[in-house]
Amino acid sequence: MNTPALKDWPLWEVFVRSKQGLEHKHCGSLHAADAAQALHMARDVYTRRQEGVSIWVVPSVAITASNPDDKGELFDPAADKIYRHPTFYEIPEEVGHM
Amino acid sequence: MYTQAMDIPDDSGKKLAAVSNAPSDREAAFEARIDADGRIEPQDWMPEAYRRTLVRQISQHAHSEIVGMLPEGNWISRAPSLKRKAILIAKVQDEGGHGLYLYSAAETLGTSRDQMLEGLHSGKAKYSSIFNYPTLNWADVGVIGWLVDGAAIMNQVPLCRCSYGPYARAMVRVCKEESFHQRQGYEALLVMMKGTDEQRAMVQDAVNRYWWKCLAMFGPPDADSPHSAQGMRWGIKRISNDDLRQKFIDATVPQAKVLGVTLPDPDLKWNEARGHYDYGQIDWAEFWNTVEGNGPCNKERLATRVKAHNDGQWVRDAAQAYARKQKERALKEAA
Ligand SMILES: [Fe+2]
Ligand SMILES: [Fe+2]
Repeated sequence: MNTPALKDWPLWEVFVRSKQGLEHKHCGSLHAADAAQALHMARDVYTRRQEGVSIWVVPSVAITASNPDDKGELFDPAADKIYRHPTFYEIPEEVGHM
Repeated sequence: MYTQAMDIPDDSGKKLAAVSNAPSDREAAFEARIDADGRIEPQDWMPEAYRRTLVRQISQHAHSEIVGMLPEGNWISRAPSLKRKAILIAKVQDEGGHGLYLYSAAETLGTSRDQMLEGLHSGKAKYSSIFNYPTLNWADVGVIGWLVDGAAIMNQVPLCRCSYGPYARAMVRVCKEESFHQRQGYEALLVMMKGTDEQRAMVQDAVNRYWWKCLAMFGPPDADSPHSAQGMRWGIKRISNDDLRQKFIDATVPQAKVLGVTLPDPDLKWNEARGHYDYGQIDWAEFWNTVEGNGPCNKERLATRVKAHNDGQWVRDAAQAYARKQKERALKEAA
């Protein structure tokens, strides 16, 4: 008696820009038949209280993510390059803010 | 959201294939992260039992939001003013949104929307029993906002710190929206209490019918909740059922006083030594009877939900046919 649900509606990731001048931020996902419908639904699901001025929707399958198991090799090399941070350098106090 | 029975056993999650066979160093890394109060994300390795518990809890939670639209939805066409109607539509729409955030969060664990809806529609999956009671008059709508959403907020706030990232983030969104739900209900009751004797009696009657059911929303007593300890260990549950229930009672008693209603419990009284209100016995036999499907509205709610889903099939079909056509047209033009 049940008809098929959303089997064939692909998943989309939703990104919302909360105000002009800020970046789009990931805020969730939803199912929709196509991009136009995904935008429409994203408006209803994620911006009912003016949470955004702009929405991006991206097919979830289009996202390539780094593998959490590679976290070591991928991110650790940066850990010993502390000279990339401003706090690595000592500047005489009288110079003031730099 | 309405999470009373979130560790009520049901079938959801059982069908998930074992994703990995837990090498011990991965298990240790998982445990270490939990111990450090860190967050688990979808791609991280997690024990099957953790995944299954979350699928069950998040999907029950989502179903509760969706079924929760029904008792109040019944009153949209009968709201006493345009203002109350607009408010009620906004609230019901929020609950639909909450359901969608939560279904998405559950999907990150490898279940599908389809599987979850199948579970709900076939009656295999559980949802909060509070929605298996009828909304007899307009005061019920106010009481649902005040007490049912109030209990839900108590439950949900600690879930914003849940160890599973997507669930916690969904809860943050939900919590931001819930506060209006409780306040609009309480305010609607305040208005009725300033009305006629008959209106005041309606409010009291609604409180009498809903009070004990709301206390049961927090789930069985800690002593009878075998899953609770594991849920606490995993950082899925942060506060025990009984502690949340006590918090809710302590917060609600003064609100009832301001409203001018009594709470239907002769044993309800301040305990100086404990610094909390004592309260009477909850009827757990009735609670379990309703969970098992024999409450006054279980059949009606499920039938309404299934009918709405089936009646919407042509819309889903049309959207899909349109999307397919557009894609074909684009391909042809590119060729
Ligand atoms: Fe909700
Ligand atoms: Fe709500």
